[in-house]
Amino acid sequence: MIKSELIARVAEKSKVPHREAALLVESIFGAMREAILNGERIELRGFGSFANRHYTSYQGRNPKTGVSIQVSPRKIPFFKVGKELREKINAGPAKAGSGSSQSG
Amino acid sequence: MTKAEIVEKVYEKIGFSKKETVAMVDTVFDIIRDTLADGEKVKIANFGNFEVKQKKSRRGRNPQTGAAMEISARRVLSFKPSVMLKRELNRRT
Repeated sequence: MIKSELIARVAEKSKVPHREAALLVESIFGAMREAILNGERIELRGFGSFANRHYTSYQGRNPKTGVSIQVSPRKIPFFKVGKELREKINAGPAKAGSGSSQSG
Repeated sequence: MTKAEIVEKVYEKIGFSKKETVAMVDTVFDIIRDTLADGEKVKIANFGNFEVKQKKSRRGRNPQTGAAMEISARRVLSFKPSVMLKRELNRRT
């Protein structure tokens, strides 16, 4: 599911015009993006939390050429799944049939 | 940032009541949760992708006791932040 599909589902489920659903979804992820960029932690009950991980500089290699380079320190947003969602995902699809039904 | 703060930011932008906004924000996360529970990926451009991955069972150890044990096969959720988000996060330092 991509963002536009999410917007369509929200419009349908909340019974609001597509335009409002789009604004809603954009505002939510816009706010979350800003929080991440400000180094803020995001905590969503029943879903999970986002926090940045800080990595120090290290000596790395270009895997293709083998040339040694200095990798600069960096921050990476990290998501930790919440208990409720973790259990729901591990339980698998609610619909009939178990296990691997990958599409795409 | 909590969900209440997200609701606050969204409320400032859309012309719905506080109560309606809360319900709609909940709906968004409910849809994402149900989609992932069905094993489908959720891709949010400029933010990141959520994907359910199937893990095989493997032998592990209880880190506290050191006892060998079987870790059962499971499905886990992985989040891959968008390249744009990572780039922007590291530019502001």
